[in-house]
Amino acid sequence: MNKRLTMSLVLASGLVLSACSKKAPQILPPDPGGSAAGQTTDGSGSTAAVPGSQADFQAQMMGLDTILFDTDRYNIDATDQAALASQAQWLTRYPAKRISVEGHADERGTREYNLALGERRANAAKNYLVSLGVDAGRITTVSHGKEKPLALGSDEASWAQNRRAVTATVD
Amino acid sequence: MKLIIPFVLALTLSASALSAQTATPTPVPAEVEEDVVGSLSANDAKIAIPAFATNADVPTQTSAGSTSTLGFSVANVIFGNLRSNGLFKPTGPSSLPRPALAQVQSPDYGGWRGRGTDMLIQGYVRAEANGNITVGCYLYDVGLGEQVAKAGWTVPPGEWRRAAHKCADMVYSKLSGENPFFDSRIAYIAETGPKNRRMKRLAIMDSDGANHRYLTTGQSTALTPRYSPDYKSILYLSYYNGQPRIYIYDLATDRQRLLLQSQHPLFAPRWSPDGRWILYSMATGGNTDIYKMPSAGGAAVKLTDAPGIDIGGSFSPDGQRIVFESDRSGSQQVYVMNLDGSGQKRISFFGGRAATPEWSPRGDQIAFTHMAGNFRIALMDPAGGNLRYLTDSWQDEAPTWAPNGRLIQFFRTTRGSGKAGVWQVDLTGKNERKLETPGDGSDPAWGPLRP
Repeated sequence: MNKRLTMSLVLASGLVLSACSKKAPQILPPDPGGSAAGQTTDGSGSTAAVPGSQADFQAQMMGLDTILFDTDRYNIDATDQAALASQAQWLTRYPAKRISVEGHADERGTREYNLALGERRANAAKNYLVSLGVDAGRITTVSHGKEKPLALGSDEASWAQNRRAVTATVD
Repeated sequence: MKLIIPFVLALTLSASALSAQTATPTPVPAEVEEDVVGSLSANDAKIAIPAFATNADVPTQTSAGSTSTLGFSVANVIFGNLRSNGLFKPTGPSSLPRPALAQVQSPDYGGWRGRGTDMLIQGYVRAEANGNITVGCYLYDVGLGEQVAKAGWTVPPGEWRRAAHKCADMVYSKLSGENPFFDSRIAYIAETGPKNRRMKRLAIMDSDGANHRYLTTGQSTALTPRYSPDYKSILYLSYYNGQPRIYIYDLATDRQRLLLQSQHPLFAPRWSPDGRWILYSMATGGNTDIYKMPSAGGAAVKLTDAPGIDIGGSFSPDGQRIVFESDRSGSQQVYVMNLDGSGQKRISFFGGRAATPEWSPRGDQIAFTHMAGNFRIALMDPAGGNLRYLTDSWQDEAPTWAPNGRLIQFFRTTRGSGKAGVWQVDLTGKNERKLETPGDGSDPAWGPLRP
């Protein structure tokens, strides 16, 4: 396997992201930056969605924006294939549209492994979309591990819903 | 970061010498009264910790008030430290008479024997002209009527608790024969909010939960911190730009920056014990591998190359080996490798899944999360033998070692609510307690003993 590293090291050059807060103990230093990791837009109240919008995507997909996985697995089964095919069709209609695939894991795993597992699931979905002809350059992935559950219970039914990859359009 | 200044207490430091505030302590000849170990086994020791005396009750710049109230608070911190690990049965200053300054070095052995005391910790607090605080700490074996140990420290007023921790460390080491650990800090993730929208902030605190401070606002999710061995910075994961990346937080300047600019997700930052190396895990095309880079900057080396998820890593104390986690066999298991990635070998064969290995600072054990039904904190030796469970709850994970390798912290998640708390357990597994944090907590990372 290719061992070349294609990323640039910035450790020494020190890309400083936050302004220095002087020694005022009550004031927290700023986060590295602003808000919001990977928002999922909730498509509630979809009246007449603008064609090609996230609301339109969600309305058209009717749940097929999400695929589910078995415990610790990341394979794309027949149900997933059908869902991803629907996504690919929509993407073919709106070729300028970019998407993000969010990978998630259920709570019954360790935190770091679940981050890697969510990434693997998101990539599995991405790779299948690419195999259907969607340009890989249109697809980004992000893993939230077990940090953002959809179903809130601690039971098999909830965990099954949380082992998921969710596709959302990027504006 | 200010330095704590230790000094050796003068052997014949009298009460009058104390009140003369010129006292530049004369060093004790090194051989005097070494290694007098307590005559009792630590488990049985009834330790009395009365309020520390003072030469003059004057205001201080500490949070504890005057030298008199500070003397009480110092004893109370020592009491809290010694009470918290299950080894001792201490009695604190609120239920004990306060010795006069003159008694600090000549205890009323008869009176303490009458109270059933085995070991006695006495001391004094003195305000220095420049605002610093000097704390003297003495340990006596009441049964033998002998002084066992003594030490003193001068600290800036904001760090008075450190002097108490140093005193507790001296006593703990003397009575248990173990290395000290109270004077250390913990980085962790402070959590609040509902299960699907938890706010996760980077926070730090002393080993006893004091001096708690949030480092991030919670706008971006923060996870998996690791203190640098010199306590100058913290590596952690943040979703600041929407993607999981590793940041390095500089505690002197409160600035942070990306460890690496990368197209790919980065997880699981780790320091080597000497601070010269950083491990991180990077996913490319869904395949996560472990990399090693110099902390001063420079080229990274890819250590693992298996298809699947290789993640985490913890150095052996000599820095020569790394224990890590991989699912190359089909499920998460624990592996060891050499520093260059050679010699990768699975060591966990216990059924179920084995994850988050952390090498003990003493080198003889590896703590990890064993998942077979419940998630439990467990120990094994570096060859994968002698499995031993320390906890048994629905979901305990991510052990971190105390600097002396005698205690472990981890986080425990409650089934249903998803609320998590930082817990501590000793190596017998019998003494388990939850740490006091302002909200919920996860991902504790225990730093080394402070100098």
